[in-house]
Amino acid sequence: MNLTLKIWRQKNADTKGKVVTYQVSDISEDMSFLEMMDVLNEQLIDKGDEPVAFDHDCREGICGSCSLQINGEPHGPDRGVATCQLHMRKFKDGDTITIEPFRAKAFPLIKDLVVDRSSFDRIQQAGGYVSVNTSGNTIDANSIPVDKESADMSFYAATCIGCGACVAACKNASAMLFTSAKVSQFALLPQGEVEADRRVLQMVEQMDKEGFGNCTNTGACEIECPKGISLENIARMNREYLKASVK
Amino acid sequence: MGIFESNTPKGPLAEKWTNHKNAIDLVNPANKRNIDVIVVGTGLAGGSAAATLAELGYNVKTFCYQDSPRRAHSIAAQGGINAAKNYQGDGDSIYRLFYDTVKGGDYRSRESNVYRLAQVSGNIIDQCVAQGVPFAREYGGLLDNRSFGGVLVSRTFYAKGQTGQQLLLGAYSAMNRQINRGKIKAYNRHEMLDIVKVDGKARGIIARNLVTGELERHSAHAVVVASGGYGNVFFLSTNAMGSNVTASWKIHKKGAYFANPCFTQIHPTCIPVSGDHQSKLTLMSESLRNDGRIWVPKKKEDAEAIRAGKKKPTELSEEERDYYLERRYPAFGNLVPRDVASRAAKERCDAGFGVNKTGEAVYLDFSSAIMRYGKEAATTQKIDNPSDARIKQLGKQVVEAKYGNLFQMYEKIVDQNPYETPMMIYPAVHYTMGGVWVDYNLQTTIPGCYAIGEANFSDHGANRLGASALMQGLADGYFVLPYTIGDYLSNDIRTGAIPTDSAEFDAAETEVRERLEKLVNNKGTKSVDHFHKILGKIMWNKVGMARNATGLKEAITEIKELREEFWKEVKVPGNTMEMNAELEKAGRVADFLELGELFAKDALHREESCGGHFREEYQTEEGEAMRDDENFMYVAAWEYTGNPADAILHKEDLDYENIQVKTRSYK
Repeated sequence: MNLTLKIWRQKNADTKGKVVTYQVSDISEDMSFLEMMDVLNEQLIDKGDEPVAFDHDCREGICGSCSLQINGEPHGPDRGVATCQLHMRKFKDGDTITIEPFRAKAFPLIKDLVVDRSSFDRIQQAGGYVSVNTSGNTIDANSIPVDKESADMSFYAATCIGCGACVAACKNASAMLFTSAKVSQFALLPQGEVEADRRVLQMVEQMDKEGFGNCTNTGACEIECPKGISLENIARMNREYLKASVK
Repeated sequence: MGIFESNTPKGPLAEKWTNHKNAIDLVNPANKRNIDVIVVGTGLAGGSAAATLAELGYNVKTFCYQDSPRRAHSIAAQGGINAAKNYQGDGDSIYRLFYDTVKGGDYRSRESNVYRLAQVSGNIIDQCVAQGVPFAREYGGLLDNRSFGGVLVSRTFYAKGQTGQQLLLGAYSAMNRQINRGKIKAYNRHEMLDIVKVDGKARGIIARNLVTGELERHSAHAVVVASGGYGNVFFLSTNAMGSNVTASWKIHKKGAYFANPCFTQIHPTCIPVSGDHQSKLTLMSESLRNDGRIWVPKKKEDAEAIRAGKKKPTELSEEERDYYLERRYPAFGNLVPRDVASRAAKERCDAGFGVNKTGEAVYLDFSSAIMRYGKEAATTQKIDNPSDARIKQLGKQVVEAKYGNLFQMYEKIVDQNPYETPMMIYPAVHYTMGGVWVDYNLQTTIPGCYAIGEANFSDHGANRLGASALMQGLADGYFVLPYTIGDYLSNDIRTGAIPTDSAEFDAAETEVRERLEKLVNNKGTKSVDHFHKILGKIMWNKVGMARNATGLKEAITEIKELREEFWKEVKVPGNTMEMNAELEKAGRVADFLELGELFAKDALHREESCGGHFREEYQTEEGEAMRDDENFMYVAAWEYTGNPADAILHKEDLDYENIQVKTRSYK
């Protein structure tokens, strides 16, 4: 198929960016979206132009590197996948596709489609862990039974890949889904419950400090999340936060 | 003590590690504060090592090319992690895990290292649970296990198909705790481009800031390389796009021996290549072989009809299917080790029984498992005389709970529903058992430079068993290196901070800068990917699943020529002082073009078939691998002397005192 691409180009954080239009042809429907981007970049290199910068790595939907806003939606029109697993069969010959970076105050732009998501790292550093030493002198793994339902819910919260789609989807650029997923993972397990109060207070404080917006319950994050992280996590975080605040 | 000594402690196998820990020097907590350690790579090995070293009190700097340590490619490991816990009571033990690993590695790994790995394996699970890793559990609240290839017990712990992700997030959270305490400084979007040696010891690195392009000097008392494997030398592999050999190769060029480069794992269950545009391959976890049955049509006409789209696999009756693994290996069946399963798939496809349009695919079929689980579910739910449709529906639910994310991934990529029609799979490059040579302490032949995780060679011999990579990465990082590195660092308590304004740092930085500038100023006519793809084809066709002397010799010549052409013709747009993905790739591919040649040279010299290394000249009449223990029971450690072709071979003989060396049979 032949496509028209409208892509955000910006040399670096200090220069002004703009949308540039490109044409690509002979795109196979079996290609992934990023393979289509590879085709474009090869074409640009051939002509002596600069290729489009975008983050990507594992290309199997798990590392969370890829981050494109495609036709206004984080990770494009398909559901339950990151951009790297979006395939061109979701598009038609002759389509025009707009490709932008994830936009949020807390995700400053680095180049073209690459943004800085280190604010997510800092939220995790503020308390997204269990304070145990890694010496191996812990108790036997089976000494504390965990009911399967809690373990499964904790796991589902923990499958967040930290891509930032929730922020990009939110009109307030809120990071509540991301933060609440981590808070939930630990709060649901006996190992994490011990310091749950401190954790939720510190992580929320850091989230606010980074300049993310508030949650107004539109639910766009849950729809766009490539891993289907549930809004229930936000409710749980709010409960945890309230509980910790009044103690 | 020479630098090329395994330094295996004396004494009985089971006591070596404990005795060694008691004998080695320690650094007292106050002195640790004066010692700096650099860790390159933040996957399971690097992340866990960094966290533990920081917790012990060392000042740690981590480096990764990704934008966050959490994105290292360990994250993509799916199936699980082995540990000799024997929670299932099925006869597992430390010895059995040790035995399975040595046998699985086709008797080409170091006994003492593997035993230690098995000893600490149980601790890993305790540690990860304490960290809040949400492993799969049974209704009773205890941990669940599954089986993997090459073993007869269930010792694999898992978190659905995302075990690597959960374990890495555990290590990352341990890192975060230390970052928060100021004990780790994380340099993300940074790439190590050389090691700096002072008086023969590793004393720092030159790293490029991938956002600004600036070269930075970082000094330390020890450098730990945890940068993963080199599977991307094949261009197409299950590795991440950025996975590379650069850190390992740079230390190799500065004195670290490179061991067994030809030992590479081709994983049997990956989604087949769909066309020339393909940029990477996707793995379907080995855990699927617990329940999936692998087959091709018995009759060639059927295979041809399927390839032409005239027949569907579901139309073939049981009698018309060849479950070739069950046929050839009745004892292990679909759970034979990876190397065996991969070669068997290639054999069937080469013989004309492949089932997709390229002829390079076999089926992985869940219909039997769906019916079996469905019947089980009907029984437990007390459903009388359930219809086949109802059984199928119940069975699908069970399979979805076990493998849902993998099935979804398959459907997104291939556009077929694997609950209704069998998956198509084909082998792909997945893991490299070879790597930087290390001694028992995980130290390379450069004093003060360590290699851990997939980057080293030590534990998997010629073939790695499923779910053992995660185990090794975390064992090295949490439980081995933090002890052994102290023995070396105890000599550095009075050294003080290493200055970065020395002649050694100047020289290393100049060398790195000149190479980067050469790449951007080359102004050739062909892109980096052009060369990478050609290299990948040479490697896959001549140094891949089956190798022979003629092909290997051709490969050596072709790679050398390609490397020369690369330096004449490569075109890298942009400049060095900016974010420049093409420049990053160019540096990595330049290193692959050197490694590839050493890889082929190693494969040519090893005149035997063992594990993932299959030489067509050395096979039985039935097509099984023929090992030559008399002449090749050693680790081939290569010393760099200026050109891959001139590398000098050093041999570390392997002694098996606690295990009887046998022909590996899974029949």
